[in-house]
Amino acid sequence: MAYRTVAGSHVYAFADLKDLMAKATPLRSGDMLAGIAAATAEENVAARMCLADVPLTTFLNEALVPYEEDEVTRLIIDTHDAAAFRPISHMTVGAFRDFLLSNGATSEALAALAPAITPEMAAAVSKLMRNQDLIAVAKKCRVVTRFRNTIGLPGTMAVRLQPNHPTDDPAGVTASILDGLLYGCGDAVIGINPASDSVPVLSELLKLIDGIIQRFDIPTQACVLTHVTTSTEVINRGVPVDLVFQSVAGTQKANASFGIDLATLKEGREAALSLKRGTLGDNVMYFETGQGSALSANAHYGVDQQTLEARAYAVCRPYKPLLVNTVVGFIGPEYLYDGKQIIRAGLEDHFCGKLMGVPLGCDVCYTNHAEADQDDMDTLMTLLGAAGVTYIMGIPGSDDVMLNYQSTSFHDQLYLREVLGLKRAPEFEAWLQRMGITDPGGRLKTQRGSHPLLAAAPELAA
Amino acid sequence: MSPAREDAVEPAGEEPVIDAAVIEDSWRRLAGITPARIALGRAGTGLPTREVLRFALAHAQARDAVHLPFDSARMAAEIAALGFETLEVTSAAPARDAYLRRPDLGRRLSEDSRALLAARAGAAVDLALVVADGLSSTAIHAQAVPFLTAFKARIAEAGWSVGPICIASQARVALGDEVGERLKASACVVMIGERPGLSSPDSLGLYLTFAPRAGRSDAERNCISNVRGEGLSHEHAAFKLAWLLKEALARQITGVTLKDESDLLLVGGRPPPVRIG
Repeated sequence: MAYRTVAGSHVYAFADLKDLMAKATPLRSGDMLAGIAAATAEENVAARMCLADVPLTTFLNEALVPYEEDEVTRLIIDTHDAAAFRPISHMTVGAFRDFLLSNGATSEALAALAPAITPEMAAAVSKLMRNQDLIAVAKKCRVVTRFRNTIGLPGTMAVRLQPNHPTDDPAGVTASILDGLLYGCGDAVIGINPASDSVPVLSELLKLIDGIIQRFDIPTQACVLTHVTTSTEVINRGVPVDLVFQSVAGTQKANASFGIDLATLKEGREAALSLKRGTLGDNVMYFETGQGSALSANAHYGVDQQTLEARAYAVCRPYKPLLVNTVVGFIGPEYLYDGKQIIRAGLEDHFCGKLMGVPLGCDVCYTNHAEADQDDMDTLMTLLGAAGVTYIMGIPGSDDVMLNYQSTSFHDQLYLREVLGLKRAPEFEAWLQRMGITDPGGRLKTQRGSHPLLAAAPELAA
Repeated sequence: MSPAREDAVEPAGEEPVIDAAVIEDSWRRLAGITPARIALGRAGTGLPTREVLRFALAHAQARDAVHLPFDSARMAAEIAALGFETLEVTSAAPARDAYLRRPDLGRRLSEDSRALLAARAGAAVDLALVVADGLSSTAIHAQAVPFLTAFKARIAEAGWSVGPICIASQARVALGDEVGERLKASACVVMIGERPGLSSPDSLGLYLTFAPRAGRSDAERNCISNVRGEGLSHEHAAFKLAWLLKEALARQITGVTLKDESDLLLVGGRPPPVRIG
């Protein structure tokens, strides 16, 4: 179905819903690379004006990626909660935005709506929203998950401790873990991106992190971010696995480029659940996403990258993840060119995920060939902190020496807690106090002499 | 003198001077066992000034590596001095900004360069070599000549015929597919500046593709990365590449099915010496 609108002195026509969605998207390099972005600033606004009048029900009837070809579309349509949708079923996208901002859209109302909101609806309404709207509505959404602690409570923000090392050296990894714990990080997960994909190396890393967690009775969880099928194999060999990780994208074809489909994810989740390692809950999955991955895999069907990103959250949703994060600036400037585009994308992704009921965190990050720097990351992390982001990354000094990009640091999360009053997961917060790492207000205490945690690195304690 | 400066010379009160505000981390010794930036200390919740500046310098070097103009004329002269024939070619990306936004343009030759290669192409050769700026001209300026010096000996050892070395500006890895095809090469090696990391702005990558032609996928290549002083040495990289090239030419394939087993031939962790004649 074609769409038309008049803006200024021009009549603008859009071939179909995906064309309208792409043209309505705030400008970004990835959509330009795909050749689907609005040609002029006026066309961009005209598309938004047209999109504002589209009924939400249209998204249930007009698939952007064909139902017959794509299991992600089938998942979205077949699991849509029609009863939950009824209260908003009469709304247009524009009216939906107004509702989301209204006092009537309470945290409880939004939680009840989450299963009614398809990724296309979330993406569409986000395209009509300014950054402050994305922050204000996301702030109202509550998504709470549990494994060995409670993540996502109001007024909290968790941190993934990311102790990557270029050669997976156990002593080097341990040093980064201890540094992070002593800076009060690690409640989301202690999660390492391994350089290797060999099962023996991955198993040693899992045992290393689990050993530290067990020895000091830390209320958190471990993860080695490797392919879901590798995690399943490691589980079958009896290695302790808390969370199963996988990168996911918004189309079946893009997921195939990652070597997965929905059935693979289900198998991975069942393998992790079989170990029964969670003490407070059974959210055992950790997913990562990022705008541009479908285009990069030549699997985008002419759909804009932000809408496809929201569809990736629909892939995550049935598997009840503990954590999902958008690795927003990692992919490079051909998808998100500069700090402005990265900031906008981070806020969109967080909003869409939360609206859909997914525990969204953000890897606030950039590469050295993007037009971005630490100031842009300060801006995005502060905005996401205000928006109630579930978690951010904690990397020593912002410099990931294995993946060669810059993300948020152990220091950065301290700054956010200080200026925004954000607490950690309560169980982890209590542990830090017990260990004498933080004071009752959650601030770091000054460590003098050797802290008991450093005994985890006896060869270093000379 | 500004009013503020005049205020500064007011007589001091009774307050003592403030002690240094940086809190050093008591586990500083751990920093020696990882390249990660741990135990940095803090000023309140922030980084100490020295660490903010150390990071800023590393980021500036990485940014410069991406944006410093590629000196292809100098590279051509230095490579010619090694005894290689050279050609300067450009991709279809007209400038750095377009190169960063449009990876597809960096994978195609400009029309001028196509004509240049058409004029030069002669008999079929074993190997086409491309020296490409990629995402770090700093890396190419620093690593291309010492690497080629080492690799030249391996070429002589194996007796491979080599086309002109193409010095390619605004180039991505896949540009080598078109170059190799037009030079009728059995295999193509692209030496390219890798995406600079904060701690490694000058790292060279080597990509080997058998039967290069436009449209090859990255799964059909073999890659040797992190070629630089603090990473893989030029001599070791040249040995690895020669090993892969021999296998590729013998088995008529590159990519995921060709596994690098050159480490089995190392002697005491070092590549065996070149044997000629």
